[in-house]
Amino acid sequence: MTIPVAPGTDIPTKNESRPVWSRGILRALSSRLVILVPYLWLLAFFLVPFAIVVKISFSQTTLAIPPYTPVLEGVGSLWQNLREFSFDNYLWLTQDALYFNAYVTSVVIAAVSTVLALLVGYPLAYGVARAPSALRPLLLMLVILPFWTSFLIRVYAWIGILKPEGLLNQFLMAIGLIDQPLLIMNTYTAIFIGIVYSYLPFMVLPLYAALEKMDYSLIEAAQDLGCTRSSAFWKITFPLSRPGIIAGCMLVFIPAVGEFVIPDLLGGSQTLMIGKTLWNEFFANRDWPVSSAVAVILLLLLVVPIMIFQQAQARQQEQGR
Amino acid sequence: MALQSLNSIRRGFEPWNDPAARPYIHFDRVTKKFGDFAAVNDLSLTIFEREFFALLGASGCGKSTLLRMLAGFEEPTSGRILLDGQDLRGVPPYRRPVNMMFQSYALFPHMTVEKNIAFGLKQDGMPAADIAARVAEMLRLVKLEEFAKRKPHQLSGGQRQRVALARSVAKRPKVLLLDEPLGALDKKLREETQFELMDLQQDLGLTFLVVTHDQEEAMTMADRIAILDKGEVMQVATPPEIYEAPGSRFVADFVGSVNLFQGQVTRRDAGRAEIAGPGLVIHTANPGDAEQGKTVHYAIRPEKIRLSSFPPENARANAAQGEIYDIAYLGDVTIYNVKLDSGQIVKSTVINSQRSADDPLTWGDRAWIAFQPDSGVVLTR
Ligand SMILES: Nc1ncnc2c1ncn2[C@@H]1O[C@H](COP(=O)(O)OP(=O)(O)OP(=O)(O)O)[C@@H](O)[C@H]1O
Ligand SMILES: [Mg+2]
Repeated sequence: MTIPVAPGTDIPTKNESRPVWSRGILRALSSRLVILVPYLWLLAFFLVPFAIVVKISFSQTTLAIPPYTPVLEGVGSLWQNLREFSFDNYLWLTQDALYFNAYVTSVVIAAVSTVLALLVGYPLAYGVARAPSALRPLLLMLVILPFWTSFLIRVYAWIGILKPEGLLNQFLMAIGLIDQPLLIMNTYTAIFIGIVYSYLPFMVLPLYAALEKMDYSLIEAAQDLGCTRSSAFWKITFPLSRPGIIAGCMLVFIPAVGEFVIPDLLGGSQTLMIGKTLWNEFFANRDWPVSSAVAVILLLLLVVPIMIFQQAQARQQEQGR
Repeated sequence: MALQSLNSIRRGFEPWNDPAARPYIHFDRVTKKFGDFAAVNDLSLTIFEREFFALLGASGCGKSTLLRMLAGFEEPTSGRILLDGQDLRGVPPYRRPVNMMFQSYALFPHMTVEKNIAFGLKQDGMPAADIAARVAEMLRLVKLEEFAKRKPHQLSGGQRQRVALARSVAKRPKVLLLDEPLGALDKKLREETQFELMDLQQDLGLTFLVVTHDQEEAMTMADRIAILDKGEVMQVATPPEIYEAPGSRFVADFVGSVNLFQGQVTRRDAGRAEIAGPGLVIHTANPGDAEQGKTVHYAIRPEKIRLSSFPPENARANAAQGEIYDIAYLGDVTIYNVKLDSGQIVKSTVINSQRSADDPLTWGDRAWIAFQPDSGVVLTR
């Protein structure tokens, strides 16, 4: 039998060794701890490093180790410290058109790749979600399978496929479709192919999650009420998969903007993407302050899509009820 | 079997007894197999225009499958479905003049109640003003006016069911298929909605095909009821016929409660028979197709069995003696279980027409059961 107990009253039962209040505190602490650990992790490995990057972006480059003037160090007065702040690096980013172009090119390339990945990923995710349920784990597995090989090696492999004497051109020429090799390597097309290929699973998985939990009887109901199959898709399936579309697009777009390996390996030397610019500033010019400023602006650029992604996640959770 | 005294509830509406009437919906030897399993097995059924037709059967007997075939979501494995004389094979759902209310409701989660109800009307290209008027009318019908702007996940189960009902009725299709339309509603709301559905069906002249688990609901609403079992039709008849003249032991047992006596036909005259069972000889005026010497069942409803502590005055009455074994007091009626001397337990329902009986029977009392020769039916199946 349970005895009704007013909130706040503690009736110790006999098999309890510790007083109730100490158990309560322990429980409260341990439940906090569960949330605390990831926050500490983020603080130590994201926020603190980022703060350091921001700090470096306000300093000047010098020939030293590390190669920048100290800012916000020592115990000088606040005013003194603030005077050491320099916005030169940010000004520099606006003066040289290189950076602006690199940002714009990166965003455009990432956006086009995201749309392409959506066009390829949606039918794929739809197909998997509508496959017999026994087959679905296998199909999902195939989507994730490329992750078992190193990302770098997979991008390298595309060079072997796309180069003028590569597999693709050999094949197309062998079947007589073309007689001159297609020049795909070192073009934007190669970058699009690389990004779509590499990030496709990030598009497919959230789309699959949204499509899979959709009740098929909704489509039947729409057809019953007068929709053809295709109008039922556009009126029911598509809007209901929108959280998945947004999540997938953001998961592709956000990393694609800062992508370095793919434009470097497939896009050739003339590609102007911000990830490459960053790499050049950092390793070739050893200009840590400017590259830090580039990184800070990149993050600010991505805050908006990240927030959109967060919202889509929240909405999907609400709808899942 | 059409008993003259057991008419349809709607006086004068009996197209099934009219040989000239053309069936509106015709399931013609329809079979639907899922793998090896026949969910619907060689089933034939005719339904007439403006009829309120109920499908009654245990869970899994193929009721939803039957509706889904008519709506176009499943194709029959064999057989034909005709609607107004037209074979429906290959006709897609959106071309059938049929609307369905889904057992799972299938409400669109991203649309408000209003938009859900308006969906089919918009699909038909109805003018916006007419849509608004129709939606308001439907909301009134299902008493959800205040909930027009809510999304389905903000509604209770019963409210969702009413939205599903409103959405399917809104288009006023020639044939409306309702799969358990009122199952999630409380008793009072269910009864009100039953009558409103009947009015709507009458006023608009629609044909309704309703699936239900609830016999009372089927009895209340339907012109005719089909009892299904394992994908086959056991009997199609008006509610009074189903209740008073069941065609088989299955139907008698499925609808309401019944006492079954097994016995041998010892005499068979025109219009009467005598059945000898253990401890009881039954004279009946409804011999059915009983044949001399055959073993048959005699079915009689509990409310037609009289209970008393004295033997019946009429010596010709069917009567037997036993002991009160169990009593269930339900307020309006009391159900007595009487253990006859033959060992059989018989149910008798006594209406509590007075607040206290002058002759209270109680546990362990000796008592007589008695019934009239025309109160029960003889069943050979
Ligand atoms: N798509 C399907 N695949 C396999 N078997 C199915 C399928 N649909 C229905 N069945 C089977 O067919 C039988 C009839 O199903 P149906 O849904 O028509 O039952 P029902 O009479 O509507 O039951 P309930 O009253 O529980 O809704 C059931 O045994 C069910 O398991
Ligand atoms: Mg069903």
